[in-house]
Amino acid sequence: MIAESAIREPLVTGGKTVHDVTEDICSRVEQKPAKTWLLAMAVSLGALTVGLYAVAMTLWEGIGMWGLNKTVGWAWDITNFVWWVGIGHAGTLISAILLLFRQRWRMSINRAAEAMTIFAVICAAMFPVLHMGRPWLGFYWALPLPNTFGSLWVNFNSPLLWDVFAISTYFSVSLVFWYIGLIPDFATIRDRATNKISAAIYGALSFGWDGAAKTWSRYETVALVLAGLATPLVLSVHTIVSFDFATSVIPGWHTTIFPPYFVAGAIFSGFAMVLTLLLITRKVYKLEDYITIQHIELMNIVIIITGSIVGVAYITELFMAWYSGVEAEQYAFYNRALGPYWWAYASMMTCNVISPQLFWFKKIRTNLAATFVISIIVNIGMWFERFVIIVTSLHRDFLPSSWAMFYPTVYDMGVYLFTFGLFFTAFFLFAKFFPVINMAEVKSIIKATGEKINK
Amino acid sequence: MAHESNYIVGVYEDEDVLLKAIKTVRDGGVKIHEVYSPFPVHGIDDVLGYKKSRLSVVAFMFGVLGTSLALTMQFGMMSIDWPMIIGGKDYAPVPSFIPVTFELTVLLASFGMVGTFMIISNLKPWGKPKIFDKRITDDKHIVAIDLGKNKVAESAIDKLLKDSGASEVNKKTL
Repeated sequence: MIAESAIREPLVTGGKTVHDVTEDICSRVEQKPAKTWLLAMAVSLGALTVGLYAVAMTLWEGIGMWGLNKTVGWAWDITNFVWWVGIGHAGTLISAILLLFRQRWRMSINRAAEAMTIFAVICAAMFPVLHMGRPWLGFYWALPLPNTFGSLWVNFNSPLLWDVFAISTYFSVSLVFWYIGLIPDFATIRDRATNKISAAIYGALSFGWDGAAKTWSRYETVALVLAGLATPLVLSVHTIVSFDFATSVIPGWHTTIFPPYFVAGAIFSGFAMVLTLLLITRKVYKLEDYITIQHIELMNIVIIITGSIVGVAYITELFMAWYSGVEAEQYAFYNRALGPYWWAYASMMTCNVISPQLFWFKKIRTNLAATFVISIIVNIGMWFERFVIIVTSLHRDFLPSSWAMFYPTVYDMGVYLFTFGLFFTAFFLFAKFFPVINMAEVKSIIKATGEKINK
Repeated sequence: MAHESNYIVGVYEDEDVLLKAIKTVRDGGVKIHEVYSPFPVHGIDDVLGYKKSRLSVVAFMFGVLGTSLALTMQFGMMSIDWPMIIGGKDYAPVPSFIPVTFELTVLLASFGMVGTFMIISNLKPWGKPKIFDKRITDDKHIVAIDLGKNKVAESAIDKLLKDSGASEVNKKTL
């Protein structure tokens, strides 16, 4: 039995019963696609197709199609990679860390957030794979496979290799975690199916789930242990991503605060993306009773906290550059703030440090329009953060004669567009054919925290 | 399914009524086949007398396996098969091995545990579950009692279920 304090706001409003949960969520899957969904799908498929041209050209001609040069060897590609991986982090934070902390408000948002994680990681993986130039040979460069070079093994000292293991483990474990949660809900759709085809498809997807008490008991153990494993995993992933920079000797990258700073930034941008997606899903699917203002407010509070950590990290970097007395380091930061890329630095500071502070006002953090706008601003800011870290540290290197600027080509933009197309196509397919809210979990709290006692 | 059994199925609307009912039924000397619910009901393991799942131990064992495999692989490749000085580090750069070791530990622990869960709970894409009542994935809880395995008279079980708050009592052959 779950007891809940009487002074807590209900997590599910509108006097929903357990049966209403099934109806509200399953009916979205069973209905014919709405016109708005078809339109949204057409736009994302359009972006995917246009972007595919840029991907094809990159593969055919090589990465010379991008705007990289001898000085700036990493730019949009790695910026986009880190940006997408970071976005993924919110899903695992919601489903794993909030599960360990027994935060029940995660229950109506975890499904969509985890879906977002999985699609974001796929988008992220596109960039290092394409950056290889000849990804079909990438198996030998990135994985410890026996090869005809001797076998000359991969270098386990390299953070880039750690990244391969971190991202692939993160992706597979998140996928399993997400799928385990989906199984009981697929069974609900299976048992409601009115035609043979959907009964067969959802029957296979539900893995023959029978809802037995013994299975539920094991299921809960599995969920708890997976959450325990996923928590250090998610923290390790962005830590290792930050090692790609922090273990180098480039001024502006070679800092020990990178791991916590990157993890906070990842959760910050991830929550912003969850808000962007959920505010739309909530509106279109009329899920106001499940994703309440309280949920949005709590997510906005996470944004203030992580946004402030990121702000402190920016200031710490500046302080350490000055305090260390290292001239190269000092120049790197002077150049970031006042050099030719000052506008990127200023955008980063405004979007990431100033804009989330508006959430200190209750009126703003409980206002849907304001939240939506700020969530997008935060994502723009976090893209600029990665751009600033990567490009401004590289473009004025140790030899002034090789100083250069980075100009993206249409192919840089095209590949980025491709990942947007991929992300939204996958998300819209998910929103139409999968239950967007974890029905089983929400049902388990209806009695304790629903508005009306279900009798 | 080789042979069929006759079941008597009590349908419950509320999880707290269900928990009390399970206790009443078990105290009445009736053996419960299984209870089916649309969501995990807290405290049901205790009233049914189920032991805590040992899947966490399985996860730990697979984790240990992951750690050993990762260390064997890295020392085997970097220190024994083709030793090389990279970045001034020695032939056995232990700190460099930590990230990959950690990731493989988590990977094997998760997959090993989930795989074991799938096998012991008989979850597979072509699985055909025993469904006593389709509403158990919606909003009803059911208690299934195998008549062949109980000495108590059918009418007595029927009464016991109804008295404990079952909204319906059905018979089912599966």
